[in-house]
Amino acid sequence: MSWCGSFALWRGGEYKDNRDGQMGIIINHLSYVYGANTSYEIRALDDISLKIEDGEFIGLIGHTGSGKSTLAQHLNGLLKATEGELFFNGENIYEKGFDMRALRFKVGLVFQYPEHQLFEETVFKDVCFGPKNKGLGKKETDLTAFDALQKVHLPEKYYFSSPFELSGGQKRCVAIAGVLAMKPEVLVLDEPTAGLDPQGRKEILTLIRELNHAGTTVILISHSMEDVADFVGRIVVMNHGRVLMDGTPGEVFRRSEELEEVGLSAPRVTRVMKKLKEQGFPLREDVTTTEEAAREILKVRQLFGGV
Amino acid sequence: MGIIEANHISYEYTRRDDEGTVLEITRALDDVSLDVHQGEFISILGGNGSGKSTFAKHINAILFPTEGTLFVDGKNTAEPENTWNIRQEAGMIFQNPDNQIIGNVVEEDVGFGPENMGVPTEEIWERVYEALKTVGMYEYRKHSPNKLSGGQKQRVAIAGVVAMHPKCIIMDEPTAMLDPMGRKEVIRAARALNDVEKVTIILITHYMEEVIYSDRVFVMDQGRIALSGTPKEVFSRVKELEELRLTLPQATLLAEELKKAGLKLPAGILSEDELVRELCALAGRRI
Repeated sequence: MSWCGSFALWRGGEYKDNRDGQMGIIINHLSYVYGANTSYEIRALDDISLKIEDGEFIGLIGHTGSGKSTLAQHLNGLLKATEGELFFNGENIYEKGFDMRALRFKVGLVFQYPEHQLFEETVFKDVCFGPKNKGLGKKETDLTAFDALQKVHLPEKYYFSSPFELSGGQKRCVAIAGVLAMKPEVLVLDEPTAGLDPQGRKEILTLIRELNHAGTTVILISHSMEDVADFVGRIVVMNHGRVLMDGTPGEVFRRSEELEEVGLSAPRVTRVMKKLKEQGFPLREDVTTTEEAAREILKVRQLFGGV
Repeated sequence: MGIIEANHISYEYTRRDDEGTVLEITRALDDVSLDVHQGEFISILGGNGSGKSTFAKHINAILFPTEGTLFVDGKNTAEPENTWNIRQEAGMIFQNPDNQIIGNVVEEDVGFGPENMGVPTEEIWERVYEALKTVGMYEYRKHSPNKLSGGQKQRVAIAGVVAMHPKCIIMDEPTAMLDPMGRKEVIRAARALNDVEKVTIILITHYMEEVIYSDRVFVMDQGRIALSGTPKEVFSRVKELEELRLTLPQATLLAEELKKAGLKLPAGILSEDELVRELCALAGRRI
């Protein structure tokens, strides 16, 4: 099938130069069909092309069943595309001889409710599981696990407790540490804040932002538009297995009507700004965070009786 | 008399090791008193581990108070002979829709509850259709629950409880696993039940935006009720909410920022429409 790949590259044009020495992920006309040639055939992903640069922080949004999680599972090779190709650091992961095992360490996947997968007697042992499997020696494994637990800011007194004695948010941190211990270059998180209280949500998202600032590429799947707006630099909106929008939070959320058509919504502040603009106030409508909205409104404070 | 009457209830659980030595005693509920009237829409907020779900399980006679008494529709939950009556009158909805659906067809799943109660067959079908209409899932009555979205499944679960004609429904984070559309559907169904059928609703949630329509809000912290009042009253107490690890609804947050900068907005703005209206009023326009 290799000629097919080259053909796609040629057709893609802009991707042509990226084969060598290019970091990041390139998804090229990728499709995934469940139950092909049966009456249950579902096209879960339909001709997706995306480029994910090294160090990006991307929010992946879409209603249930839009294909977000299916796409995420392609990124580390858990699912194999039925059509199209995926390049990781310039290498086609579907080519013969590609080291799939190594890819799974490089792209860390944090599933929904990852704390359900904790199983060891102690927090520390659980986090050691990944690096141990990777083949690291005892000392290196311990150091890596320690480092990962430090990164998620779990108080040291819990390192040798049973994971089941921790709170929901702490358990989730341990599960994330378990993935971090494999030192992934890319971290994909599927709804990491589901079921947490507002404070817990903020802590996890702040942690993810720190990891991103330290150089990890992050792909965050979320149902919370407000969270996404506050944290990510780029948003990819999926609908029926296709990419519907791709841009900065401002660019995406100003299209609030279209978002509502596909079961999503812009953050509340964006909608407030839009409604004020409709009332004739000179305001921007690509505002996505509370601070930004306050700043914008205060620029014209005299209109609202401010001094 | 209210539908739910909690008089100074506390709940403690004890953790023991293999030999039975007591390791820890946790006070999950600490002197909670509250009264809910028939037909009210109540919301309970609070951080993880604040005791919200423990309290909910008391209303449904899954847990019993260590101290104090709890009456549901005038029946003491601690009396074993009341258990089944209480569970019929106070239905419960949980977080994960997949764990609550057992039938292969939507209408069969909804009929499971009344059938178990010994309702005559003809009436079961009446109740099933009525319940499905209330939550807006009537068109899906012949579908398989597996093929529904999270919000739809959760509404089927609600219909299953509604078909038992409870006086009160307790929803424990019913929207935690849903996308924005699913969340809206479920909250809309809850409000319709309350408005039209006058079912008492107790909604436990982490989403501040979902509680702004309730009659009263209780904020729990470390097993106690830390704040209570109408949504307006509760969300006007910005400092205290922050200390309780909760955030404000985004519209309220923006209003607070603007007030700090000197705009003369009233306290307790909850929804985006309210904020837009108040800002327009400040600018001397009416909408």
